[in-house]
Amino acid sequence: MTEPHAVWGYAVTARLSPDRLAGLSGVAGPPVRTVAAAGLTAAVSTVSLAEFGEQPLRRRLEDLAWLEATARAHHQVIDALPGPAIPLRLATIYRDDASLAGLLAQRQAELAAGLRQVTERAEWGVKLFAAERPAVADAPERAGAGPGLSYLRRRGHQLSAAEQARQADAVLAEQVHAELRGMAAAAQLRPAQAAELTGEPRTAMLLNAAYLVDDGTAARFAAAVRELGRRHRTRIELTGPWPPYSFALPGTGP
Amino acid sequence: MSADPWAGTGVVRSGGGPQAYSAAAAGPQPGNLGDILERVLDKGLVIAGDIRVNLLDIELLTIKLRLIIASVDTAREIGINWWETDPWLTGDRDRPRLEQENRELRHRLAALEAGDPSD
Repeated sequence: MTEPHAVWGYAVTARLSPDRLAGLSGVAGPPVRTVAAAGLTAAVSTVSLAEFGEQPLRRRLEDLAWLEATARAHHQVIDALPGPAIPLRLATIYRDDASLAGLLAQRQAELAAGLRQVTERAEWGVKLFAAERPAVADAPERAGAGPGLSYLRRRGHQLSAAEQARQADAVLAEQVHAELRGMAAAAQLRPAQAAELTGEPRTAMLLNAAYLVDDGTAARFAAAVRELGRRHRTRIELTGPWPPYSFALPGTGP
Repeated sequence: MSADPWAGTGVVRSGGGPQAYSAAAAGPQPGNLGDILERVLDKGLVIAGDIRVNLLDIELLTIKLRLIIASVDTAREIGINWWETDPWLTGDRDRPRLEQENRELRHRLAALEAGDPSD
């Protein structure tokens, strides 16, 4: 008697020979294989319904250790696929191959257009951090001012300095984004990440953006990021190349 | 399909997935977990699967992820700070008791005020 199974999807690619996926294993271990239909290929692997059925999956998604392992496994498969690929969101699961094949055929035109959009392009992540600022100098003391008035003056001075710094940060983030967006085929802004996650508790993240960049422009884009960091004397971080998660279909996303 | 789109671009692509290049630092660093989670959970193509698990329906997961991924400071600045008072998230088991006590005190205060019209 066989255990009931389901099919976990990683990404949609153009026609792909199954042997190009040899040696690649997916979430929970089994090898990655292909489901082909309508000139498209989905990279998939078999998962057990006992673990990935609706109810067990809900429970497991609450477990951050399990989520991390699964997210990394999902990403590693997508990252290893040859050629352009449209990543599927985590936990896209089908009853069987036929069900997924039917979906590929049904959305063939849309998926093919999506693949054209990301062909010979990759996603690059850029994070811009606020510069570390020296402590605000006290306002000059005025002769004759009592301690209460002096305190209020000092506090007012600090607050307006903080407000100015905040505005300068916003302008900087906008400048950096405008310059990089100009070199990209598409761009997406994300919420800034929490300091606990970046391991940089001292400096605020001003910009967390994704850019879809032509492979031929990638080196120039990376150089521009470095140059922006130098010019503005601030930390700017480039990650990539990523599969085009943020540009999975033309016109999708916020 | 060409062998390696990165050949000749001067961009180093390691086999281990995306690397971070700090403009200031020399060596590449691995993309952090947040980078991966915000992509695989919040981005990527959504097409209907047969196993219906809407990630956004999973309240607990969503809360945890918002805490991890969204900038807590930014959220506070724009007034999203509900988790700071959410008894489940803060582990503030005393909260229901305090609320009960608060209600009782209000009740007694109202009774006292009603019973002493001269004040």
